[in-house]
Amino acid sequence: MIHEGVDTIFGYPGGAIMPTFDALYDYDDKINHILTRHEQGATHAAQGYARVSGKVGVCLVTSGPAATNAVTGISDAMLDSTPLVVITGQVGAALLGTDAFQEIDVVGITQPITKWAYQIRRAEDIAWAVARAFYIARSGRPGPVVLDIAKNAQFQEFEFEYKPCTFIRSYIPIPEVDASQIEEAAKLINSAKKPYALVGQGVVLANAEAELKEFLEKADIPAAWTLLGASAMPTDFPLNKGFLGMHGNVSPNMKTNECDVLIAIGMRFDDRVTGDLNSYAKQAKIIHLDIDASEINKNVKVDAPVLGSAKNTIPALTAKLQPAKHAEWIESFKEYDIQEFEKVIQREVHPESGELTMGEVVRKVSEATHNNAIVVTDVGQNQMMAARYSNFSQTRSLVTSGGLGTMGFGIPAAMGAKMGAPDRTVCMFSGDGGFQMTIQELGTIMQEQIGVKMIILNNHFLGMVRQWQEMFFDERYSFTEMQNPDFIAIAKAYRIDGTEVHKREELDAAIADMLKDDKPYLLVVNVEKKGMVYPMIPSGGSVTNILLGE
Amino acid sequence: MEKTLYTITVFSENTVGLLGQITIIFTRRALNIETLSVSPSALNGIHKFTITLFSTQDVVEKVVKQIDKRVDILKAYYNTDDDLVFQEIALYKVATDKLLSLGSIESLIRKHDIHILEMNEDCVVFEKTGHYTETQQLFDELSQTVGVLQFIRSGRVAITKSKVERLSDMLESMKKFEV
Repeated sequence: MIHEGVDTIFGYPGGAIMPTFDALYDYDDKINHILTRHEQGATHAAQGYARVSGKVGVCLVTSGPAATNAVTGISDAMLDSTPLVVITGQVGAALLGTDAFQEIDVVGITQPITKWAYQIRRAEDIAWAVARAFYIARSGRPGPVVLDIAKNAQFQEFEFEYKPCTFIRSYIPIPEVDASQIEEAAKLINSAKKPYALVGQGVVLANAEAELKEFLEKADIPAAWTLLGASAMPTDFPLNKGFLGMHGNVSPNMKTNECDVLIAIGMRFDDRVTGDLNSYAKQAKIIHLDIDASEINKNVKVDAPVLGSAKNTIPALTAKLQPAKHAEWIESFKEYDIQEFEKVIQREVHPESGELTMGEVVRKVSEATHNNAIVVTDVGQNQMMAARYSNFSQTRSLVTSGGLGTMGFGIPAAMGAKMGAPDRTVCMFSGDGGFQMTIQELGTIMQEQIGVKMIILNNHFLGMVRQWQEMFFDERYSFTEMQNPDFIAIAKAYRIDGTEVHKREELDAAIADMLKDDKPYLLVVNVEKKGMVYPMIPSGGSVTNILLGE
Repeated sequence: MEKTLYTITVFSENTVGLLGQITIIFTRRALNIETLSVSPSALNGIHKFTITLFSTQDVVEKVVKQIDKRVDILKAYYNTDDDLVFQEIALYKVATDKLLSLGSIESLIRKHDIHILEMNEDCVVFEKTGHYTETQQLFDELSQTVGVLQFIRSGRVAITKSKVERLSDMLESMKKFEV
């Protein structure tokens, strides 16, 4: 692992991984091991670390229950294309298949949720398998890899020789750019009157943010982003038109069905973005740039596919574009923006009376950090509010569980993000529900003094489910109301400072107190109990069927 | 929507767990594998899977892409029967006395191009190769006349009618990536 440049590992020791932990004891000057309080926390921390740094996140856990605890984070990394290497201990090779203590079929369980899962039974396979694991995790479309190492292989001695892996004959991580595909796509864009780009995480993973900007500017193409594509373009970039999807902005959704050429870049037409596929962008010619051939035509039939890394395909396409201006088309977004501001944003972000709202807390934190913070979210209303109302000035600034939607992601992912970007402020938004799913990681934060700023938007409800119950289940609030503990007292028990806010006039001072130094901090903000995230495209509805609330 | 029988051919490295990796792609989409046959291919160290499936082109295309995406899969593609020469093999066990009571079995053997693999005083084992309909036809005929004690049919093996061996092209093209 040292040969692969690993300097940080998130893990938890146990029987079948003890020999490896014993070896780690001698390398504590080279590898910083963070002891989390649960293996799920280790995986999310490694995800947070990988997402902000672009490096491979590494976890080290034992067999059996440790491996099954890691499954949530591995699945999350698979759906969100996050490079992870998760090493699990395994019982000795002689005991495999005997239902030995803490034996579970880790490779069998993780095969559907990894790019590669492999069991090492002999010490001489460790070097090549580790090299291969890192190569697979980080190359092409990144993803998680599991290495399941039998205990006997951890004990055996062998002749160590490390060769990095650079080639696997059955695996093409980055398809070559096909000039005819570029030609075809360029022709469509050059003849477009109303071109429109959708930006996904593929741009970030390829480090192609600058190439994207040049592309959009050359042909004057307005662009919107998916949840995982957030911060690929700065918020104030003039062609950045906002957030796509179920709780995205109005104009980016409406314009999907008004454009004449739709250019999807490193995104996968997730159902939370497209809504009803039968009424999605039917009027437009669709161009899809993606590194993964299996994404082409998966959800949306494409007129011009462009396979390859965004780092290569975007500049190749830019070179073929004629400079253009689309002032009238771009201007037409404004009408919807004004509508959204008046009906939604005004009341959510700038309320003058009533209870505190989630949106105003997010915006205040964003402003107080000069839009430079890394924003980590949990899942639910807090996540959508954080994505909608945070402003971003640099890339890799929103770490969120998009595909899997894992409650409990927030705290550990924020820890990992801070470890991966120690010079940046990390602000984590969570609900009162998700916070309690991985609350034990406060112990890790205490022990390592990880300077994460945690904000609970406390509405005493599982807010997003409650919102659906209100809208679609006749206000039958089935098991969504929560009696919560004194979060500040819990934080204090972990020697973490915190403040609880009830009133609007207390908020600014509390945020300033939170950001005054680089120590961990918990801010609990009691917000309106029945806050709603609007706009909303009901599940399965068309992107134009966007509700604004009252 | 009308479903067609597709034949999916997969070339993979010979590593543990490959079959599982392939079958979970079907399981996840609730697709029923019709037949499956696995064996070493003509190329050393490379295994070939032949899978048949009733489906639509849209579904089969997505499934093949998902299979092809797995790291240890060299190549996956699909064909319809028009592109392929294919065979299945079936074995039939019938009681010797009942068979003899039919009188002459020459016409039966000629009609179905049967091979006799074993004959003893208790039973006779026939072998027939052919398409599914052909092996099924013999089964039906034997069932109605002498009865079938045991029956087994293999998965499909298939070869494309085109002259190119797509895998060797692919391996050749991969060489340029080798560092």
